Amino acid sequence: MGKATVIPFGPQHPVLPEPLHLDLVVEDEKVIEAMPQIGFVHRGLEKLVETRDYNQFIYVAERICGICAFGHSMGYAETVEQLMGVEVPDRAQALRVMWHELSRIHSHVLWLGLAADAFGFESLFMHCWRLRERVLDIFEKTTGGRVILSVVKVGGVVRDVDDAMFAYIKQVLEGLKDEYRQIMNTLLTDTSVKNRLVGVGYVSHDDAVAESMVGPFGRASGVNYDVRMLGNGWYGKLSEFQPILSNDGDCYARVQVRCLEVLQSIDIIEEVISRMPAGDIEVKVKGNPADGAEACNVLEQPRGECYYYARGNGTKFLERMRMRTPTSQNIAGMTIALKGCDLADVNNIILTIDPCISCTER
Amino acid sequence: MSGFKLGKMTFGSLFKKPETVLYPVVKPEPPAGLKGHVEVDESTCILCSLCVKRCPCGAIEVDKKARTWAIDHFRCVQCGSCTYECPKGSLTMLPTYETVSRQKRVHTFSIPERPKAAPKREDAGE
Repeated sequence: MGKATVIPFGPQHPVLPEPLHLDLVVEDEKVIEAMPQIGFVHRGLEKLVETRDYNQFIYVAERICGICAFGHSMGYAETVEQLMGVEVPDRAQALRVMWHELSRIHSHVLWLGLAADAFGFESLFMHCWRLRERVLDIFEKTTGGRVILSVVKVGGVVRDVDDAMFAYIKQVLEGLKDEYRQIMNTLLTDTSVKNRLVGVGYVSHDDAVAESMVGPFGRASGVNYDVRMLGNGWYGKLSEFQPILSNDGDCYARVQVRCLEVLQSIDIIEEVISRMPAGDIEVKVKGNPADGAEACNVLEQPRGECYYYARGNGTKFLERMRMRTPTSQNIAGMTIALKGCDLADVNNIILTIDPCISCTER
Repeated sequence: MSGFKLGKMTFGSLFKKPETVLYPVVKPEPPAGLKGHVEVDESTCILCSLCVKRCPCGAIEVDKKARTWAIDHFRCVQCGSCTYECPKGSLTMLPTYETVSRQKRVHTFSIPERPKAAPKREDAGE
């Protein structure tokens, strides 16, 4: 057994899309402990709720994260709507679900590309990102934005989608599905991919539950929890939803869960479009949140459960807005996954939790 | 042997047209409704300042005395909230982006004075 050495990893590292620092204690190329440190991209966005009114804060909320931007604006709007007792029209809720699932596809396909890049499969990375462009084109045509959509408002959504556009979305997703299956086949059956992922970064079901792991990271360790199965909002009107689970708990299982979730999201979007209700897309919201009123909300972001809390003070500014993002839950699980791994596998393990440090620090 | 799984897709890419365009020689047509930049119609603006109140990033300034409406495109985040609030429909979001600039500057528009409506005569119609 060699001498323990501490190797700093990050905050700037080619594999990391965002700044995360790890002190890796290694012995003979084996990681025996990993100590994470964050705090490099803290922007104080929660504090801005004191200077931006509840309508304006939606544009701040969607800038918490560039990938789950739509999810944050939807989660925030739903929380304020609960706070003020606003009933959102059915069509607006259905449109929100459609855009949210599209952003899950774009997030997962982006991540699959990054994971392929991390284990050295450059052409797979490019094909994944090529497919992601199709989803961004849908966003561009339906909302006017590619990543930051600014389409949700308190009380509904600001843009409607017509039947011709729904037909276009279905056609694009149908084409995407065929190409995506080929990519998925590569990710799940190619020998070179399996050699890098199978059995790497194992987290047991008990550890996953003990560390409150959420999202695909938790589901890959058999944690049967997905906020969508609670049936909040229009998710309750969809046909039966079953979370995608795996009990293997390794990097391969996490890739598998995310791969299948993309197909599940395409099915959800097709169902939403086929059952799209007619009617208004917004209700007028008047007045301010009452003094002392509180609301909580949970939403399944692409990375897992995100929790929102809001408290009003009788003015147009909220007293407090708090978010607990999925990565802050999953960092503890990541340190377990890193224990005992090879130094060369650290990249893959960090990426397979899909860390979003901007979300975590806000 | 389960390697070379991506071969079919990669080989097929050789015979497809490129996914990218040769920008700036070829410029893709922006889709209608793209949030590019905010444009003001000076002939209908009434300088009510609702857009100033709605803007989440303080990009718009209205000077009622000098009759000017100004926007700092470097602060604007293209959320479109000013266009939804404008009571006269003077603000529109155009699908083209602002051109590249060497210096940060504020675009100021002069709002022309409109003749006041003539007061109603009490004997009108008699």
